[in-house]
Formats: sequence, structure tokens, C-alpha cells
Amino acid sequence: MSQKFTMVAALNRAIDEAMAEDEGVIFLGEDVAAKQGGGVFKVSSGLTEKYGEHRIRATPISEQAIVGACVGAALAGFRPIAEIMLMNFLTVCMDQIVNHAAKLRFMSGGQTNVPLVVRTTTGVGVGFGGQHSDMLEAWFAHVPGLTIVTPSNPADAQGLMRSAIASNDPVIFIENILCYGITGEEPPAGHRVPLGKASISRTGSDCSIITYGRTVLDALEVAGQLAEEGISIEVVDLRTIAPYDEDTVLASVRKTGRAVILHEAVKSYGTGAEIASRLNETLFGKLKAPVMRIGGSFSPVPMASVLEQAWIPNKDEIKGAVRATMNWKT
Amino acid sequence: MTSSSFNRDTLLDIYIRTMKIARADEKLRSMLMTGKLAVLYYTVRGQELVSAAAIAALEQSDYLVTTYRGQHDQIAKGVPLDLLFAEVAGKMTGTCKGKGGSMHITHPETGVMVTTGVVGSGLPIANGLALASQNRGDKKVTMVCFGDGATNIGAFHEAMNMAQLWKLPVIFFCQNNRYGEHTAFADHTRVDSISTRASAYAMKAVKVDGNDAASLYTVAREAADRARAGDGPTLIEAMCYRMMGHFFGSDFSYMSKDHLAEMAAADPLPRLRALMLEHQFTEAELDAIVATIDAEVEAAAKFAEDSPFPGPEELRIDVFETEIAA
Repeated sequence: MSQKFTMVAALNRAIDEAMAEDEGVIFLGEDVAAKQGGGVFKVSSGLTEKYGEHRIRATPISEQAIVGACVGAALAGFRPIAEIMLMNFLTVCMDQIVNHAAKLRFMSGGQTNVPLVVRTTTGVGVGFGGQHSDMLEAWFAHVPGLTIVTPSNPADAQGLMRSAIASNDPVIFIENILCYGITGEEPPAGHRVPLGKASISRTGSDCSIITYGRTVLDALEVAGQLAEEGISIEVVDLRTIAPYDEDTVLASVRKTGRAVILHEAVKSYGTGAEIASRLNETLFGKLKAPVMRIGGSFSPVPMASVLEQAWIPNKDEIKGAVRATMNWKT
Repeated sequence: MTSSSFNRDTLLDIYIRTMKIARADEKLRSMLMTGKLAVLYYTVRGQELVSAAAIAALEQSDYLVTTYRGQHDQIAKGVPLDLLFAEVAGKMTGTCKGKGGSMHITHPETGVMVTTGVVGSGLPIANGLALASQNRGDKKVTMVCFGDGATNIGAFHEAMNMAQLWKLPVIFFCQNNRYGEHTAFADHTRVDSISTRASAYAMKAVKVDGNDAASLYTVAREAADRARAGDGPTLIEAMCYRMMGHFFGSDFSYMSKDHLAEMAAADPLPRLRALMLEHQFTEAELDAIVATIDAEVEAAAKFAEDSPFPGPEELRIDVFETEIAA
């Protein structure tokens, strides 16, 4: 097992495997072909040489046309992957995602479906500022018909990508730019992680931290530190943000009686609100403390490093929230 | 080009498609007037021939993408009237189990892949269907229908550029009915013709009288032949008139008297009937065709009326591949 296996390599391998298996898997996006260097983040590196420019299509800067073409190809039975370079750019092709990809199965009464993966990158912490950093997963989670996925480690990235490509419904696949370089265990070829299934990244008995993507790493670090204080944290990595694995979340919180929901996205109206609400509806009498939420500040993501670090949920906040639940007196 | 030339059989085919569209539209309007239907409906009055002639130039296996004002395109492509009427009425037996309605008629068996309620959104999707055909080498052509109003939205320009860049087998079929909702053509763009916009993408374009069956059929056939041969997309601008309001029952007092007169004079239905007579079809033959169509339309209306509405469980079905748990 190589310990040098990065998330970029994992994504590249999953797409490579799927393309080798199925002629219908095609890849569209800005700069993605060999001629342009295999994509800004190199996820499609080496694929043009293997599969040709008719399957790895470098596009003009035309997000509506990219996603629209992928919707059309999906309707014709293909399994397209659209690379939308940054998550904020999804806002310029929302119509194709929300009104078409998500709804065509339903509006056609099940006659058509859209097996599409929209891959996109984002992340706070690299100074990209207000239009290149947002986590907008809650926007998409609000739309019936979409599945939203984000990996926190290379093995899950590979396995979730294979499942996303195999899905017969549209998947928004969010890659955190800060996670691209992280290394981890290299899973076997053909590895798949089912959509809609969370994983328990660390088991514990006092408090559940429910999170996904990059903040799983923060949660694990905090859990390690709080263990020294005798607080036992369970970390639930949702992996699929929506529709999320409510059974696993409920089982964890039933056990611990305390929950902190952590995400990088702005806290207000975030996915944490939905999960907290569901926990209250289901476990009201069994909770030992109110469900806490941690998320980004309610401002655009700033550029200046000092401000950016103030914006992003930090480990002290996470610890504070956990301690608040532990010290709660009814 | 012999196979694609316009002849008496082609004319008959176009006549049948046109009258099917016209009689179905008339029936739906009468059902709305009498309260048998209470739905949002975008009448296709005035645009019957424009669809019939262009779509007659396609194969049934070709793909079609259209818009909320798309009944004429769907009928021309062959969507069975009973399924179409049931869908407009929101019935379980409709093309889409009543979940789409007239704005989202879908019928892959006849190539009707998407009907969108968002202006301009069909064009990028048409590119994708065409891209699939290009990669498969299946020689299918994708036609996407839209109005003059759609040519001002970004999706139009992105899609035109991409289609020409990749030489996709698409026909961009602009039915220029001279109004984008309530706004006249001259009030929404400075260009004289939509077709001139194709030059911005180095795309071939043709402007044609949409109520001239022979010219429009010939232009559409050439565009389909070019696409099939791998020579890329064509923009067709077919001039026509929307002879009623934006949606059925809506006011159209914003249309000038001159425009209304010009429109009445250009009505495609009497013009086509005259053309049929010129081609030695008899009044009796034409009446018999219409009578057959009327019987089919009546049966479709009855089928729709007699069909059940979808049950509430349908809210959990077709959201995802797997039914949502109750």
C-alpha cells in the first residue's frame, strides 16, 4: 500500500477505470484535454491520450453549454462528467442543474433520466476570495433529484467517484481544493463507496461530530485532543451530504446523546440546520444537550489570510461547541 | 437530392401533420373555453405549418427538443394524441403520468426528449444529444425549436458557439413568430434577422418563409442532410406568426392593428389548403383527411377525460431512480 496516494490520483483513477469500462463515459470541461494540460487541477491528466478528444472534450468557457451538453448526452444514454472548475461557477449554470438535470426524470414521468456527474472544486483557506471559495452544497441539497457528495480522503474519493458515475441520477461531486494533496491508503482497483452511506471515522461515546469533506480532518484532530481531556468523540463523515444517511446519524446521536454539526459553508441556512432539525424531531427527549452547529461566518469569504482564518470554523470553536454540549445543565 | 426533394407525397404528409396540429389545438382551446380543462396552455395557432414542414424533413428516430409552446412540434414529430391530451390534462395515462403537463411533454419513442419551460435552455441540451450521436456514429440529427425571444439569452450563444466548434449534428430551428412574450421583435433586438447572428459563430444560416411549405421543407432537409453528413449545424429562421396571446386567454392588445391584419393575411391554414388544391388534391379528399383527424382528436380528448389522475404516491416516484420511502 502506497502512502503517497493523493486525492487527485484517486479521482483520476476512478474516472480512468470508468472510461475504460464504458464508452458512454465522457468528460467535458474547461482546459481538461491533453492540449490544455489535463485540467487546472490535473484530474484528467493522461486521459485524452487513452480515450481521445471525442471523449475528453475541452470546452469554451461556457458553463451553461457544458452542463447542458452533459444533460443532453445523459438523456441519450451516456454517463457524462462535467468539470465546473470552481463551485461558484455553478451559479452560472444553475438552470441546467436545477431545472433540467434534477427534474427531467420526474417531469417526464420516469421516461428519461440524467446520469450526470458535475465535478467541482472549492475551499476556504487558500486566499481565493469571495468568488472562488464558497461551499454551496445547501443550495443543491434543497433541490429534489440531486445527490451531493464530497470525499474527505483519497480512498473515498475514488470509491464515491465510481459510484457517482454509475448512478442513474445526477450527482454534484464537491472536491475541496485543500484536500487535493492529502495522501492516504490506496484502495484496490474498482473500489466503490455506496452513495447515501456515511462512515464513522472515529468511534466515541460522549458527543457526535457530524461533518463532511475537509472539516472531517479538523473534527478528527479535535477528537484526538479532547480525548486527552477524557471526552470521547464520535466523528460521522456523511460522504453523501444529500440525501444523507439519517440512520447512521441517528444511531450515533442516540448513542452519544450529544451532537455538533460542523461544516465549512456559512452556518446560517446551511445543511447543519436541516440535520439539527431532524435530530430534534426524532430524538428530542433523548438529547442531553441542544444540537450545536458550527459553520463559516455570515460574510463573503475574504481574501486577506488573517480574515480568511477568522472566517473559517476553527478548532477552538469546535472544541468550544463540544464542551458546551458536555457541560449543558438542563 | 432526389430523395429529399419536395413532391406531392411530401405535401400530403405535411398537410396531415399540419391539420393534426391545428385540430388538436382547436380542441384543446375549446376544452379550455368550456371549462373541461383548466390548465396553463400556450396555443400554437399560426405556427402549425412551420413545425409540420420542418419536422417532416426529419426521421422519427431523430431527436427533438422544444419549448412550452411545443404542442405543434410534438404532434409533428408523432407523439400520439391520446397520450398528449392526457398529459395536458394531468392524467396518469399521459406521456409523463401527468407530472409534466403541456410544458414538459416528453416521449422518447418518437424522439421528443425534452420540452422545457425555460426560454433558451433547450439549445445546450440539444448539443448533448447531438454529441452522443456524433460519438456513436448513429447518424441521428437533433432539432431544437425555439422562438425569436430565446436568441437574446446567453444559453443560445453558448450553444451556437459550441455546436459549430464541434460540428455537432444539430438543427437550430428558430420559429420567429415576431414576439417574445409581449415584446415585439423590433423592441428586443437591433438585428434585422436572427439568421444574421449565426455569422458570429461561423455557422450556416438560412432565413425562410415559415408558411411556405416547400421552401421550409427543402431548407430543413438540407440542414438534416448536412448534419448527417458530419458537416455541422445549421440555424434556420422560419418567419411565422403567433396568432393569439402569449398563453391561452391572455390579452394581446399590444399587437397593432397592422400586425393583426398582416397576420390574418398570412394564416398558414387557408394558404396550405389552396396549395393542396393547386396540387390536384380535391376538396373531398382534404375533408376526409380532416374528418379522420377529428375522430382521432375526439378519441384523444375522451381518453384524457376518462383517465384517472395520478395518486399521491407519485410524489415519491421518479424523483430518484429508487422510490423515496413513504
